[in-house]
Amino acid sequence: APPLRADRPGVAQFAELADMSLSGDITVEGEITVPVGAASPDEDFSTLDEPVRETIMRDLKAVGKKFVHVMYPRKSSALLRDWDLWGPLVLCVSLALMLQGGSADSKEDGGPQFAEVFVIIWFGAVVITLNSKLLGGTISFFQSLCVLGYCVLPLTVAMLVCRLVLLAGSGTVSFIVRLLVVLAMFAWSTLASTAFLADSQPPNRKALVVYPIFLFYFVISWMILTFTPQ
Amino acid sequence: QGGGSAVIDMENMDDTSGSSFEDMGEMHQRMKEEEEEEEGEAGAADDEDGEFLGVKGLRGQLGRQVADQVWQAGKRQASKAFSLYANIDILRPYFDVEPAQVRARLLESMIPVKMVNFPQKIAGELYGPLMLVFTLVAILLHGMKTSDTIIREGTLMGTAIGTCFGYWLGVSSFIYFLAYLCNAQITMLQMLSLLGYGLFGHCITLFVTYNIHFHSLFYIFWLGVGGLSTLRMVAVLVSRTVGHTQRLILCGTLAALHMLFLLYLHFAYHKVVEGILDTLEGPNVPPFQRVARDIPVISNALLNTTAKAAALTL
Repeated sequence: APPLRADRPGVAQFAELADMSLSGDITVEGEITVPVGAASPDEDFSTLDEPVRETIMRDLKAVGKKFVHVMYPRKSSALLRDWDLWGPLVLCVSLALMLQGGSADSKEDGGPQFAEVFVIIWFGAVVITLNSKLLGGTISFFQSLCVLGYCVLPLTVAMLVCRLVLLAGSGTVSFIVRLLVVLAMFAWSTLASTAFLADSQPPNRKALVVYPIFLFYFVISWMILTFTPQ
Repeated sequence: QGGGSAVIDMENMDDTSGSSFEDMGEMHQRMKEEEEEEEGEAGAADDEDGEFLGVKGLRGQLGRQVADQVWQAGKRQASKAFSLYANIDILRPYFDVEPAQVRARLLESMIPVKMVNFPQKIAGELYGPLMLVFTLVAILLHGMKTSDTIIREGTLMGTAIGTCFGYWLGVSSFIYFLAYLCNAQITMLQMLSLLGYGLFGHCITLFVTYNIHFHSLFYIFWLGVGGLSTLRMVAVLVSRTVGHTQRLILCGTLAALHMLFLLYLHFAYHKVVEGILDTLEGPNVPPFQRVARDIPVISNALLNTTAKAAALTL
């Protein structure tokens, strides 16, 4: 290496560098380290050999962990990073099953049909996602679907509680109890999903994203509250 | 042109099951990876294979080539269509709003401005109107639930969404068409935005009157709130149209449709309180009966009666 000049420390002698010429092949030795992501294809291939029980347990644990994140919403990015749609599917199906009304021929239309609830949840989630993307959100389509689906969990719990309360009776007291429970769970759902989704928006537009979420969970809460068993 | 079936995979030669798109897709992936290296050799190999395999192999090859070309053409068209129509960025500029702006526009939609000599400004955004339509859907659902509306061939939710979106999109298009005929200066986006914000009055009215069941209250709200939002839209249209007849046609149609829609939403989906009617109109008039919205049954009944009448005449 060319010596540094005393009067200009830190500056190499460029003139001398120009005289240097590389002749012949220069052998380079060393190791190339691949970034962490490249390790996963190997892992994926090896999971083909593991027993089915392990795969299912791993997925179930991931879903369970996300349930915990929803019930205690903290600023963790686990829900966003490893999105999956198993949890939302399970929640949506169980909610739709519990909300199942009588058949269409009955005089008392007790509640919506399975397909109605299913379509409302998924269509509503898609609309909210599109809205937040159009407003300049940085979250991806499926991440948003994942968060909105998982945040239906408190409302599913509310539905369960409502059904149990309705088994006891359907008077004014039961209505007030159901109203309070559904209100609380609705607020929980909205706050949970807001905690995850609003961060991906520019700060002054949070209200624009929160309102459709509020409306979405309001419609679901309304369906739960007005459910009357056959 | 590359990509064409220059490479024939010797292993699959015996499989003349015909063209299948999945095979083509797979082969395409493999071909892309090996394309560069084998292009030179493939030319020679192709000729060799053609001669070597005879008729059976040739038909297999032809089938594959055709399938391959169809796959490619389809894929190209699909990706072109996707990038054209599913491009969400087309709508992005219409959602570029601040909450303060939305709030201001909501309030302005209730205040008619009397400036008719100069075209009034219309905000060209879609966020507010879309949210108002969804809010109207939610309010309608609430009204339908509390009035125990029974809808046989269809669902509550479907009806609510269909009604609200149908009104917003359909009436906007119709008025835009009329505006085109009457030479009014308004674009489709502006019309959608104007009518969307005009639904704010509807939302307020229905929200109040679905919960407080007083007929006179509804009529006051209908005239007052509905009237204000209609007047605002009418004033904007008048400022953008020239000529008395045109102004009359355009504004008359819009006012009629807007007010009638509010009337329809109230009466079609809301329980009529029979007691109040009784006291107002006396016991002679039978109470308004709620009938299940059962359109196919009615048409069946109609068919039955016409069939019976026809049978009688024959």
